[in-house]
Amino acid sequence: MNTDAPSLESGAGPIMTARNVDVFYGKKQAIDNVSLDIPENQITALIGPSGCGKSTFLRCFNRMNDTIQICRVKGDIRFAGQDIYDPKVDVVALRSRIGMVFQKANPFPKSIFDNVAYGPRIHSLSETKDHLEDIVITSLKRAGLYDEVSDRLDEPGTSLSGGQQQRLCIARAIAVDPQIILMDEPCSALDPIATAIIEELMDSMKEKYTIVIVTHSMQQAARVSQQTAFFHLGELVESGDTQSIFTNPEKERTQNYISGRIG
Amino acid sequence: MEQSQDLTLRRSSRASQIREYAIQGALIACSLVAIFTTIGIVASLAFEAIRFFGKIPISSFLFGLEWSPQTAIRSDQVGASGAFGVLPLLTGTLLISFIAMMVATPLGLLSAVYLAEFANTKTRNLVKPMLELLAGIPTVVYGFFAALVVAPLIREAGEGVGLQISSESALAAGSVMGIMLVPFISSLSDDVINAVPQALRDASYGMGATHTETVTQVVLPAATPGIIGSLLLAISRAIGETMIVVMAAGLAANLTANPFEAVTTMTVQIVTLLTGDQEFDSAKTLAAFAIALFLLVLTLGLNIVALKLVDKYKKKYA
Amino acid sequence: MPDYLLTTSPQMAKRHAKHRRFQWYGRIAIAISISFMLLMFTAIFFRGIGAFQKTMVAVDVQFTESQIDPSGTRDPAMLKQANYKPILLQGLQQVVPEATDRRDRNQLYKVLSNGAAFDLGERVAKNPDLIGTSKRVWVAASSEVDLYVKGKIDPEVPEDRRRLKNQDIAWIEKLREAGQLKRKFNTTFFTSGDSRQPEMAGILSAALGSFFSLLICFLIAFPLGILTAVYLEEYAKKSRLTDIIEVNINNLAAVPSIVFGLLGLAIFLNFFQLPRSTPLVGGMVLALMTLPTIIIASRSILRSVPQSTRDAALGLGASKTQTTFHHVVPLAMPGMLTGTILGMARALGETAPLLMIGMVAFIVDVPKGVTDVATALPVQIFLWADSPEKGFVELTSAAIMVLLVFLILMNVFAVYLRRKLERRW
Repeated sequence: MNTDAPSLESGAGPIMTARNVDVFYGKKQAIDNVSLDIPENQITALIGPSGCGKSTFLRCFNRMNDTIQICRVKGDIRFAGQDIYDPKVDVVALRSRIGMVFQKANPFPKSIFDNVAYGPRIHSLSETKDHLEDIVITSLKRAGLYDEVSDRLDEPGTSLSGGQQQRLCIARAIAVDPQIILMDEPCSALDPIATAIIEELMDSMKEKYTIVIVTHSMQQAARVSQQTAFFHLGELVESGDTQSIFTNPEKERTQNYISGRIG
Repeated sequence: MEQSQDLTLRRSSRASQIREYAIQGALIACSLVAIFTTIGIVASLAFEAIRFFGKIPISSFLFGLEWSPQTAIRSDQVGASGAFGVLPLLTGTLLISFIAMMVATPLGLLSAVYLAEFANTKTRNLVKPMLELLAGIPTVVYGFFAALVVAPLIREAGEGVGLQISSESALAAGSVMGIMLVPFISSLSDDVINAVPQALRDASYGMGATHTETVTQVVLPAATPGIIGSLLLAISRAIGETMIVVMAAGLAANLTANPFEAVTTMTVQIVTLLTGDQEFDSAKTLAAFAIALFLLVLTLGLNIVALKLVDKYKKKYA
Repeated sequence: MPDYLLTTSPQMAKRHAKHRRFQWYGRIAIAISISFMLLMFTAIFFRGIGAFQKTMVAVDVQFTESQIDPSGTRDPAMLKQANYKPILLQGLQQVVPEATDRRDRNQLYKVLSNGAAFDLGERVAKNPDLIGTSKRVWVAASSEVDLYVKGKIDPEVPEDRRRLKNQDIAWIEKLREAGQLKRKFNTTFFTSGDSRQPEMAGILSAALGSFFSLLICFLIAFPLGILTAVYLEEYAKKSRLTDIIEVNINNLAAVPSIVFGLLGLAIFLNFFQLPRSTPLVGGMVLALMTLPTIIIASRSILRSVPQSTRDAALGLGASKTQTTFHHVVPLAMPGMLTGTILGMARALGETAPLLMIGMVAFIVDVPKGVTDVATALPVQIFLWADSPEKGFVELTSAAIMVLLVFLILMNVFAVYLRRKLERRW
C-alpha cells in the first residue's frame, strides 16, 4: 500500500479545494465560477437537476475531463494544497490517489480477482503474489463483497449482479489505496436493496477515505452525506452542512429544488 | 359541403395488388441468385471433383506426399508418373500464408491500434485513405512487383550473407502478400477496437493507468475474440490468393518449411492446370477442380469460425 | 510540489517510457506499410515511364510501283502483303552505305521492327496515292534498339554476351547523328492490341476488353444487387429463407475469386456453351463476384435511410412498393451507386477468374462487342509480365500505370457522385 501519501490532520483544512472553476465544452460553458471545499474523511454530496454540471465538476477532480478533447478547465483546483492542473503534475500518479466509481458498473472482462488486482499490478504496489492476494482480499472485504465471492474469485467480473458489479468497482478503486473516491451517481442503475447496501458501505468507508458523490436523489444525499453542494445550470448555488441545506436553505433556488418545484 | 358517405375502406384494385405481388416476386427471385450462385459453385466443383476421384482415388489425393500431375497421352509414354497428392500444395500454401501473416499481423494490428487510440484526427484523415489505397491495388500489381523487385532483392541479400535463396522463394511471395493483407487486418481490427466501450477505458484511466497500459491490458484483451476473427479472415484471404503467388512463387511442389525455397500453392496449380492446352476431361484438368473444392472447404471453414467469433464478440458489447 | 504527484519514481518513468515506445511502434508500422507502397509505385513508375516513348527511325523510301503493285490493281489486300523490305533497306542504306553484303544487310534491317514493313503496307493500302512517290517515313525501331536508346542495354558488357553487336551500335549512332533516329510519343501503346514484339504492342484490346467486361458486370450486378438489398432490407421478414440468403451472401463475399472463375468455366462455358474468353462471360463471372459486395454495401445504405421517410409515405396511404421505390430507394441511390462503382473498381483489377474462363490467349484484334474474343487489362499485365523479352518489362509497368489511373479515376468518380447526389435528410 502507498505509504508516502501526505497525512492531513483532521481540521487541518479541506483535502481538496476548488476556486473559480470554469469548464467549457467547446464554446458551451458547463461550469460557471464554482468554488468549493471538500472536507477530509467526510462524504460530500453534489446535488442538482440533471444536466446542471455535477458530473462535469466531479470529473475535474481527477482530471478525467482530460480524456475529452473539446473540454477545457479553468480555475484553481488543489489536492492537499497542490494545484493538480500544474503542467508538472503526472496525471497517472494523481489518479492513483483519487479513485472513481462510475454510474454504470464497468468491470473489466477479466476475473473478479484480476479486476481488483489490475490497479495494484500497474502501479506495482505489491512485491509478491501473496501480498497482491492480501490487497485484493482486503479491498473486497472493505467493499463488502468478499463474503459473496470468496469461493469464485476466478470467475469473470461480469457474471455478478448489478449491485455486486458496482461493489466490485468500488473494491477495484480501493485496491490502489486512494485518499479520495469520487462517485458519479453510483446507485442510479441499481435496485433499492443494492443501493442500501452501497450506502451503508459508503458510511463505513468514510473513516478511511474521503468521498465525493454526485447524486440525483436528494434523499440519498440527505441519508449519506455530511456536506452537500447544490448545483443549478452550471453554478454552485449553495453549499454547506447537509442538515442545514435540507432543513434551512439560504437561497430560494435551493428551497425550490428541495421542495420539488424545479428539477 | 356534401361529402360522400361511403366510408368503406375500399381494398386497392386487383390490378395494383397483383402488381405488388409481382414486384415482390421479382425481388425474391433476385435474392435467390445468391443461393443459386452458391449452389452453382458447389455443384460445379463437386461434380468435376467427383469425376476426378473416379480416376484418382481420394485417399491418394488427400494423403499423397507427391504432386507431379503428369498423365500419359499414350499408354506407353515414358514419364507418365501422375502423382496427385495435395499435401505438398497444402504445405506450400500454408508456408506462404504463414510468412504473410508474420508480416501482416504486427504491422496491421499496430497500425490499427495507433490509428484507433493514439492518432489525432489530422493523422487519421491522412493515413486511413493511404491504407485504403494500399487495399485497392490489384494483386497482379503486387505480383509483378514481387517477381521483379522483391524476389531478386531477397536473393541478392541472401547471397550477400552466404545463403542460397531461390529466385521464387516463399519468402518473397509471402512478404509481399503480407503487405497486401495489412490494410485488411488494419481496418477489421480498427472496427473491433472501436467497438470496445468507452466505459472500460474510463475505468482504467480512473485508476491511474497510462494510455498504453489501458490499451494493452484492457482494450486489446477485451477485443481479442474480434481480433482473432479478423486474423482468421486474413488467413482465409491469404490461402485463396492467386496472382501474387502465380507470379512470384514457383511450380515446384516442394514439401518443405524452408522459406528460402520455392514452393507452389493450390491456387498456382489450379491456374497452371487450367491454362495449358488440355482437354477438359483429363485427370489433369479435373484435378484442378478437386484442388478448388479442397480450397473452398478450407476457406469457408475458416470464414465460418471467424464470423462466429466476431459475432459472439459483438453481442457481448451490443 | 510533493514528489508523489510528479513522475520521479523510476517505475513511473518506465511506465511513461513504455507508453512513448508503444506509440512509436504504431508509427513505425504505418511508416513501413506506406513506404512499401511508395516504393512499389516508384519502382513501377520509373520502369514504365519510358514506355510512353518509342524509338522511331526515319527512312527515305521510294514507293516504286513495280515493287509494290506490279499489276497496278491497287487491291488493298495485295498492297498490304507486298514486300516492303527492299524499299526500307534501300532507304537505310542511304545512311549506312557500308552495309553491302547479305549478312550486313540483314543485320541492318534488324534495326527496324518486324512490324515496320507491315506498318508501311497498312499506310499504302489506306492511301494508294503514295505509290510512285518518295517520302520520309517514320517507322518503329526494333525492341533491342529501343532499349539501347533508352539506356537499358549496357554497351560495356562483352560483345558476345549481348544481342546488339558493336557494329549495330555504330549504325544506330550514325542514324542518330543524321537525325533519323528519335524517340517519339508511343501512340502504338494506346492504339494497338497485343503483339509478339514489344515495340508493336499496345493495350487497346485489353482496355476495351476490360471496358466491355465491366459493362456487362454492371448491367448484371447493379440491378440484381440493389433489388436483393431492397428485398432483404425493406420487404423480407425474418424467416429461414432470408437467413439462408444472408448466410449465402456473407459466405460468397469470402470465397476466393478464382473459384468464381471455375464456376464460369464449368457452367457458363461448358454447360451453357457460351463463347470462351469473351467479355460476356467475363462480365458474368465478375458480376457474381461483385454481387455480395454490392448487396452488403447497399443494405447498410438502406438501413441508414431514416424510418420517418417510410412512415411519412405509408401514413399518406402509399403502398409498400410505392414507399420503397418512390421514396426510400431514391434517397439511398447515391450511396448504392457509389458502393457499386467501388465494387466495379475492385472487379477491374481482378485477374484470376478471367484466367479461368480463357482470357489468357494472345489477342491482337481489338474487340468490338461483348461476344468478341478479348482479354482484360490485368490479364494483359500478367501475360506481359511473363514474357521473357526485356522490352515487355517497360510495357507491363506502363500498363500497370494505366490500370492504376483508371482505378483512381473510378474511386474519385464514386466519391464525386456521392458528394454531388447526396441529399441531406
